[in-house]
Parts: sequence; C-alpha cells; structure tokens
Amino acid sequence: MSGKNKPQDGLAAEAAGEGYSAAAEVGAVRKRRTRSERIWIELKKAPLTAWFGLIVITVYCLVALFAPIIAPHGEAEVFPAPYAPWGGDHVFGTDQIGRDVFSRLIYGARNTMGIALATTLLSFFIGGGLGLVAAINRSWLDQFISRAVDVLMAIPSLIFALMLLSIFGSTVWSLIGIIAVLDSTRVFRLTRSVAVNVVVMDYVEAARLRGEGLGWIMRREILPNIMPPLVAEFGLRFCFVFLTIAALSFLGVGIQPPTADWGSMVRDNASLIQFAQYDMTAAMTPLLPAAAIALLTIAVNFVVDWFLHKTSGLRDDH
Amino acid sequence: MTTKKKGDVLVEMRDIRIDGFSDERWHQIIKGVDLTLHRGEVMGLIGESGAGKSTLGKAAMGYTQPGCKLVGGTIMFDGIDLVKASEAEKRKLWGSRIAYVAQSAAAAFNPAHRLIDQTVEATVGHHVQSGEEARADAVELYKALQLPSPETIGGRYPHQVSGGQLQRVMTAMAMSPRPDLIIFDEPTTALDVTTQVEVLVAMRNIVEQFNTAAIYITHDLAVVAQMADFIKVLRYGEEVEEAETRKMLSKPEMPYTKSLWAVRSIEKQEDISDDIALEIRNVDAAYGGTVKVLHDVSIRIPRGRTVAVVGESGSGKSTTARVITGLLPPSSGEVLFNGTPLPGALKDRNRDQLRRIQMIYQMADTAMNPRQTVGEIIGRPVEFYLGKRGKAVEERVIELLKLIELDESFIDRLPSELSGGQKQRICIARALAAEPELIICDEVTSALDQIVQEGILKLLLRLQKELGITYLFITHDIATVKAISDEIVVMFQGKVVEQGPKSEILSPPHPDYTELLLSSVPEMDPDWLDGLVGSRAAG
Amino acid sequence: MHPVLATVLQRLGLGVVTLFFVSLIIFSSIEMLPGDFGEAVLGQAATEETVAAFRRELGLDKPAWLRYVDWIASVAQGDFGTSFSGRASSGVDRSREVIDLVAPRLWNTLFLAAYAAVISVPLALFLGITAALYRNSFYDRFVNAATLTTISTPEFFVAYILILLLASLNPWFPSLANVTADMPLWERIYRTSLPALTLTLVIVAHMMRMTRAAIISLLASPYIEMAKLKGVSASQVILKHALPNAWAPIATVIAFNLAYLVVGVVVVEVVFVYPGIGQLMVDAVTTRDIPVVQACALIFAATYIILNLIADIIGIVTNPRLLHPR
Repeated sequence: MSGKNKPQDGLAAEAAGEGYSAAAEVGAVRKRRTRSERIWIELKKAPLTAWFGLIVITVYCLVALFAPIIAPHGEAEVFPAPYAPWGGDHVFGTDQIGRDVFSRLIYGARNTMGIALATTLLSFFIGGGLGLVAAINRSWLDQFISRAVDVLMAIPSLIFALMLLSIFGSTVWSLIGIIAVLDSTRVFRLTRSVAVNVVVMDYVEAARLRGEGLGWIMRREILPNIMPPLVAEFGLRFCFVFLTIAALSFLGVGIQPPTADWGSMVRDNASLIQFAQYDMTAAMTPLLPAAAIALLTIAVNFVVDWFLHKTSGLRDDH
Repeated sequence: MTTKKKGDVLVEMRDIRIDGFSDERWHQIIKGVDLTLHRGEVMGLIGESGAGKSTLGKAAMGYTQPGCKLVGGTIMFDGIDLVKASEAEKRKLWGSRIAYVAQSAAAAFNPAHRLIDQTVEATVGHHVQSGEEARADAVELYKALQLPSPETIGGRYPHQVSGGQLQRVMTAMAMSPRPDLIIFDEPTTALDVTTQVEVLVAMRNIVEQFNTAAIYITHDLAVVAQMADFIKVLRYGEEVEEAETRKMLSKPEMPYTKSLWAVRSIEKQEDISDDIALEIRNVDAAYGGTVKVLHDVSIRIPRGRTVAVVGESGSGKSTTARVITGLLPPSSGEVLFNGTPLPGALKDRNRDQLRRIQMIYQMADTAMNPRQTVGEIIGRPVEFYLGKRGKAVEERVIELLKLIELDESFIDRLPSELSGGQKQRICIARALAAEPELIICDEVTSALDQIVQEGILKLLLRLQKELGITYLFITHDIATVKAISDEIVVMFQGKVVEQGPKSEILSPPHPDYTELLLSSVPEMDPDWLDGLVGSRAAG
Repeated sequence: MHPVLATVLQRLGLGVVTLFFVSLIIFSSIEMLPGDFGEAVLGQAATEETVAAFRRELGLDKPAWLRYVDWIASVAQGDFGTSFSGRASSGVDRSREVIDLVAPRLWNTLFLAAYAAVISVPLALFLGITAALYRNSFYDRFVNAATLTTISTPEFFVAYILILLLASLNPWFPSLANVTADMPLWERIYRTSLPALTLTLVIVAHMMRMTRAAIISLLASPYIEMAKLKGVSASQVILKHALPNAWAPIATVIAFNLAYLVVGVVVVEVVFVYPGIGQLMVDAVTTRDIPVVQACALIFAATYIILNLIADIIGIVTNPRLLHPR
C-alpha cells in the first residue's frame, strides 16, 4: 500500500475552469491486479538479500518435509565406526557413536524447525490473543496482564527457561510449553502496542458507535490492520525461539537424544575441533549444524527486513 | 550591522528546481520558480499542502532538507551565490544574516537548554555581539514582543512556556543577530486564533521596526494579507501568480487564486425553527471522574437545521459531541432525543437509537478502515441497521455514491486510492447509509484544502435540503460557521457562552469572549490588523 | 518533593516490587516439583525416615508463606540453603552449602562480563555513532550487514569459529578457559581472551545497531534542524544539541546489552568450560539441583533488574522536563 499515484485534489476541476466534479478529483487510479500478480511484481523488485533468504527458507522447508526420502541412512541408525572421516558412504562422516552426520543433519532440519515452529505458533496464539484483548479492554484486565508480563520479563528468558526445565524435565512438550509461554510475553507487548494504536483510530470508534460487537471489531477492524507488523514479528520470534532451543540443546537440557537436533549435534562433536591441524574436514563436522542454524536465521532476518521495508516504508531500521 | 536601504535586491532565485525522494524514486517538488525579494520587503508565500512553499522558503537560505536535492537554478543572496557556497560559508550566513522561524516552536526548541541561551546562541556563535550584549538585547526583544516578565522568561526551559509565547521567543531568536532576512515557516498555524493575533502583531511590529526583509509562508490568505507587501501563490511546485497584496485581494487574475476565496462565498440563508430534535440539558462531564471538562452545558438543536458549535481548543466542543454519542456518559444532566431521554452510555442504547445519530470525523484518513473497500465501508451500516443483504446492499451503496456525486466505479476502491475530498464524501455516505436524523460533523472541513472544503460544504447543504437532516457542526473556523449554520453556540472552557440565531450572534453587542473570538479571526483586508490593534488599544 | 526525586523513588519502589514478585516465582519453583522428588534426590533405596527428614529440612511441613519468609530472610543474609547433590539414600549428607558453590564462580563470571564490557561498550558506541553520522555510506552499509549476520548467529557458532581460527589452526590462545583462584591477573586475562572476544562480537552487534537507531531518531528532531539553520557547526550540533538529549537512549542501550551479556555468558561459559555461574546453573539444571538453580536464577534476575533500573534512573535524571518542572 502506498500513494504511488498520490491523488491530487481539484486538478481536473481547475482544468475545467469552474465546473467542479468530485468524481474527477483523481487524475490516475492504480490499475487493479490479482493477488498473485501483485506478489510476483513485488518479488521481481525484491533485493538480492531477500531472494537469497526466500530460496534458503524454501530449501530448508523441502528438506524438512522430505527428510526420510532424502536422508541416506536412518536418524538413529548406528554404524560400527565412530568418528568416521568424510567421504564414502558417509558424506560428512559419523559422530561419536557412529551415526551418519549427513542424515542426522537432514532429520535435524525437521525436528529443530518443527519444534521451533510449533513453539512460535503457540506463543503467538497466547501472546497475540491476550494482547488484543488487553488493547481493546484497557481496564483492570489490561493492567493485570501488563504488570504480570513486566514481572515475567524481568527474568532473562534463557535463565527462566533453564529454571523451569529443571523442574519439569527436558521433554519435547515441556520445552515447547515453557518457551512458548516465556516468548509470548514479548508477543503480548508487541501486539498490545500495535493494537492500541489501531484501537484509538476513528474507524474503530465509528464501529463502536455503530453498535458493533467486540468480535466484529477485533476480527474486521483491528486484526487486518495489525497483520504486517505481526507477520514480521513472527519471523523474528521464530529466529529467537529457534536460537533459544538450539542453545538449550547445546547446553544439554533441550531436545534429548536419540532425536537428531542441530544444537546437540554441535555439542556432541565439539571435541573434533581440536584436530583441525590434522584433519580439517573432521574439525568442520561440529560447525556444519551450527552453520545450518546460522544460515536459516540469517535468511529469515533478510526476508523480514525486506518485508518491514515494504510495509512500513521506513528507511531506517530500529 | 549592515546598512539597510529599501530597494536593493536581497534575494534573487532563478528557475529553482528541487526534487524530493519518496516511494523509492525522485519526484519534482519545485518545478522552476523565480523569486525576487528586496531589502525591507515582506513576501507572502501561500499555497495548499504539498505546494512546495516550505521547500522553496528554505531554499532561499540555500538549505535543502534531507531527502531533497536542488537540481537546477541559481540562488543569490546579497551577491553571494548560495548554490556554489560551501557549507561553512552558508553556516556563516545562517543565524547571522538569515534567520528561520519554524512552525512548531515546541519541537524546534532544544528541551535541554534555557530559552535565553538558545536565543543568543547564533548571535554569540557568529561573533555578532558578545554574550553580555546579546543577552541584554534579547531582553529588549522580549519586551518588544510583549512577552510576560521579559527579564526572567529567558531563564526558563521550553516546556515551561506556552506555545504562543514560545513562538514569540523564536521570533526574538531570529531577530537577535539583526538579520537581513527572516524566513517565517507557518509560524502561527499551530496556534489558537486568539493567540495567533497576539503573535502576528508582535511579529509584524518587530519586522517593521528593524526594517527586516522576510518571507512569510502560510496557507492562510487572511493571515498573509496582514503581514506581506506582496504575495506569491504556489501550486504543485509552480508559481500561479504574484502581485502586490491589495491588488491580489481585490483583483486576483488566475481561477485558482479566485478559488481560494471560495468557501467565503457560500452563505446559507438563516432559517429558525422551534421543533427541537436534540436537546442537551444541564450536562456536566468529566474525564476519569475527576477532570471536569463540561460545566452545565445546555444546547438545543432544531430539526432540519444546522447548529454550529464554535470555540478554541479546550473549549469542550468535541467533548459535547462525545456526550451526545454516548462515548462519555454525563456525570449529571441529560440528553433528550425527540423529547425522550437517551441512555447516557453507549452500551445502553439500542440499535435504533444508535442509527438515528451518526458522526463524521475531521480526519477522513483515520475514519475509514484502510483494509476495507468503499463498498464494505458504506455497505456495513446498510446491513447492520437496515438488515439488507447481498444485492440489495450493493444497490443501496450505488445509490448513496450517486447521492454524494461519485459513480459506482468507486465501489471497489480502497481508501488509499481516494483523494482527501473523496474520502470525506465516503464518510458522509457512510453516515447517510444509516438513514440518520442527526449528523454530528466534527471539524469535517478543517483538514481539507480550500477548494475541496467548498465542495463538501455545498454537498452537506444540498443533502440537508433534500433529506431534511439535522447537523451539529463543530468547528473553530468562523468562515465555515458563516457559510453553513442557522444557529451558533459559542463555547469557552467547558461552558456555553451564548446560543442564538446566526444573525444575532454575529452582530454586536457580544459578550466579552465572543467579541474576542470574532475580532481575532483574520479578515481578508490588509488593514484589519491595524484596525484591530487600534480598537483594542482604544477599548 | 522535587519531581526527579519523586520519580526516582517511584522507580526504585517499582524495582523492589518487581524483585519481590520475581523472588516469589523463583521460590515457588520448589512448590511445583512433583510430590515424589524426595525419592528422586535421595535415590530409590531411601528409607521413609530419611525422606521425612529431608522434607523437614526443606520445611515442607510448614505453610508455604512461612517458608517463603524464612527463605527470603536467609537469602538476604547470603544463605541460599544446601545443595541437593551429595545426598544419599542412607541419610549420609555430603552436600555443600549453595553459597560456597556460587560465590567463587560468581566472581569468575563478573570478571568475564566486565572484561567483555570494557572492550565492547566503547567500541559499540563508537561504531554506532559513526554509522549514524555517516548514514547510508558504504561504511554504514558494511557495518550494518556484518552486525545483522552476527546477530543471527548462535553464540556457540561464533565461539567455535574463534576456537578453530585462534586456538586450533593457529594455537595463539587456549581453547579451554580453565582459571583458578590463585592465577595472576595477566594469565587470567590471557586465558579468558577467547570467551571475552566471543561475547564482545555478539554484544557489539546488538549494541551498535541500537545506538545507531537511537542517534538517527534523535538527529531527526526539529530542534536539530533548527540548530543547523542557526549556522551551528556540525560538531557543535552533536555536542551541544544532540548529546544532552542522548544520555537516556544511550544509557538504555548500554544497560540492555550488559543485561544481555549476563545471559549470553551462560552459553559461552559452557563452550569454554569456564568455571562461572552460568556453567554451574546448567549443571544444576541437568541434575535438577533446585536450590542451586534458585540461587543462580535469583542472581541473574537481580542483576538484570538492577541494570535496567539504573538505565531508567539515568533517563530520569537527564530529562530536562523533569529536572526543571513548571
């Protein structure tokens, strides 16, 4: 949305001398295009970084979806030789108990991304819902949730997650639940602050004066107008959640073996780095999953950057 | 100090072209404008929003704001080529020989420094005067500008002083180095009309006293008439015409310049009625239960007529509208609609009561959901109140579009694809869709350019004639009041000063506040300010 | 009362309230443990008496609010209770006081954080301010792209690349930061170089971007344009007009990143096997040693809250609107 052809009042009226017609006020109107046409046009104008990001994300998603077909070996299949060198049957060698690193990288895409995605969705469901309610309500409920969120955010989220994991144990479900709840505080803050700006708009007041119910106002007046920042935030939160889970797994309290996961793969093979002078490829083995994590978050960040630029028209990021 | 002699050319700009960067490409903002200003002359630069008047004004200093670039033309200031001049050379001129007065004084003063330090900063920094001399002189300027307690006001910080006073301090700041040229960039636009008069008088006197040349930028022709020796009219970055002030006012040549008077040419024939549609009786209202904003307000609105509520910011006129719509339930008193009391709170009113009172807002931009099409925006009340569905809704929307002089091709457009005037028309159609008896118009024309205002006011008058709708018209603009109202309510500090037929309110004798308000509205007469100062001094 | 003092006191009060709630949450973590955790800690063979004695030691027979008061009172005196590890089903108790575990490691962590902060804060402010001043230049774009990449990268990735380059391929620095209490200062600095460098890289990226954004939004203020139009020189615009208003945003940026540093330390300590409080906490989480976890969480949270509080207060005392009330 932008004023590419800024309508100019009264241009035509002037041309006509004194005759004035409201319908003629606008000189040029943007041609209507279908949604897919518009998306394609935007994509063609997208910078190289955004293209790079989109391609990386697509490839990751395909790998995650078709992991069992692409992977040469099973996720937890153990081969006789631990720390086998690169090449041959095992493209990236085997790990400390003889599992194929390449296959585990592929399955790791599925597990790590899947868990991060589920967590982000859950945190948006919780944080976004409460944020909307708080923004519309603006009374004791808003006060209560906002203060509670302030307190929760006063504890660094990695520390909080570590503490809760020590209580509930490191299962996939507790991991998803704990991180989603902790992360939803940030989603709540953003949703609330964006929605508050929309709630004070005259068109929302107009809907209230018309007598519209809360559901209609939320769905039809507010939600469509807070979508762009929320979509961008979804990308950033996904990166953050993804990095948190990777960090927890790296620390050994996240996703537990034998499930393949990039964070724990770094930890398991970390000692190989010491042998860089003798076998460079072996030293690269722990860096592969770390690089896989970094590549995805960089890709998502590039796409979000482009999207924010598109929707806000801001030239300076904050 | 440089010797001044009226008549020498001070600023000479030839074929100025400036581009601005937006939407990822460069647009022409100024398309080849010439400008000549002699010493001691005041030029009025007028035009509507987006005409490029502010950009041109700053260019006269040799300054182009970030995101703009000068692509052609020459700027000579007293023999110095400002296009070729280095930044350091220009800096030497700015704040010593050329000064600038910004629109929003509250934002243009640095919150971290005292007013006096900011007043003399440039003067001392350019070694025009020593710190001591400059400070003593600043106090004299404060006196000349009639600031309260001129000796001590400089010790204050910007946030401790009112907007009108800040604007005068900024004028003192501009005058402090006794520049040859001052650029006034809409200095009174953000002020209330009664404050504006004080600032105008102060600025004009001091410019005359020191025989300073000035470029006065504004969109208000009546204001510029008081300040300028001659006027240049800009539109879309091009010059429309330039003439001596009196000639411009009495005999404008171009149709566009004539259209700037347009709104003043409408005048509704006053029509009085005793059939009351809505009555507000002894209403008190407060925000958050503590800040009382309305005191014993009573207003009667006759059916099929227009009642205009006038007052400055903080007078309670918009709050009155909130009480009527139910957004702010009154703490005492009642609102009667067709003789029966309306529930105070919005949630207690039934759908039919809501339908009968509709509202149109000042900013049509924010009054429409940017993600809904015109068809959805107008169609929703048709569905919601009248229970129509599908095809019937669409037919009604097309009917309504015709009523507001737009055709059915608009039905699929989004608000961002409409001009300012069209947006306000769609808002009117949305109100009409409910088939209301009363429409509250909250400053509906004040965000629009002159020529578009005229169209909207004419439309509202026609709809009243055809459909018999009652209007409550909230505005601060006396010209609009004259154009559209039957009755007038004057409000001040949350109280009704007086209510009566237009002819009565607008002709003397007036209560004190009405007198002050009406006399402060600038008139299209270069002698108006002098007359006013004379009569106020005498009275 | 002067409004600055009033606002500062109000913020301090708010900080205390927040700390109270945070301590409540951390305290209640032991309440959320499953009922049979006594057996889990002491082992399957624990007799009923030893379990009962253990529960009595934790005060589980008393009401929760009383236990909270006891707990907070002893925490205030530096007593965080006794570690769960080292206990046996037989009732033999070789566990250590939590404070003895935490204290030496806390000092190590603070040393590492301070080391990283001393390098990263001036560097980030310099990079951020220069990038803002030379906005959209090649320098700005380069710094921007580099920091965006660093931000998107997990800390352990940065750490291992540094190990690969500076410890493994070129053995200039030790890859393990095993420091001891009696080590001389220069040796300690040398051994903690890689962890400090890792933290610096991560923090500088965050901090530089935030500084840049804060300065840019400041430079867009109308009063900065006004100063330029008064012919004030570029350096004076920055020093006299921008800087007095920049303290609050800069303080916020520094505090935010120091707080981030405190958290980022956890992963870096594990990578370099550095004997800090983060490493201790991770170990305690793995063994579910709740008293140690509680102590670490409380220390991290308190540091975090206090840093943010300091930033808040700097923002208040440099705000001219509050300093010079109407």
